[in-house]
Amino acid sequence: MEINKKIENLINENEVCLFMKGTPDAPQCGFSMAVSNVLKHLNVNFKGINVLLDENLRQGIKDFSDWPTIPQLYVKKEFIGGCDIVKEMFEKGELKKLLEEKKII
Amino acid sequence: MPLPKKEIEKLITESIPDATVEIKDLMGDNNHYSAVIKSSKFNNLSKIDQHKLVYKSLKGKMGNELHALSITTEGK
Repeated sequence: MEINKKIENLINENEVCLFMKGTPDAPQCGFSMAVSNVLKHLNVNFKGINVLLDENLRQGIKDFSDWPTIPQLYVKKEFIGGCDIVKEMFEKGELKKLLEEKKII
Repeated sequence: MPLPKKEIEKLITESIPDATVEIKDLMGDNNHYSAVIKSSKFNNLSKIDQHKLVYKSLKGKMGNELHALSITTEGK
């Protein structure tokens, strides 16, 4: 499937890849903004992919991850979670640890 | 189409019978909720799989009728 190939390329080419509504500078949803802000706060260099520009991608990423909501965070090809999990991991210090272990920060 | 709080509770407890579910309607609009869900079914599962169990119980409503439900899961 073409869309899965496209998603695989995106997560292969970007160590930290956030599928989101809007862009890191202009998020268009509070949940996407929250995750984007967490990553900025941790000084993570990440690629924001705006799913609102591509309806195929918007649905495709949900099927790819078997996850019904956006945002979705991938780090080194691994699905980390959506907004709730990322926020919880951040609050517990687990996100920073994971990013350090994966040599992102 | 907004989904009433009672309906969300019902869907979750139907598929996760031992769950204790605490839902808040954040804006009073039947559309933005937060839920704390505790169940022994979550024991030994990753957070991702815990949340997937909850999403599955909502039978495809998440991301459709149900726009905003933030989830916190805990084992018990």
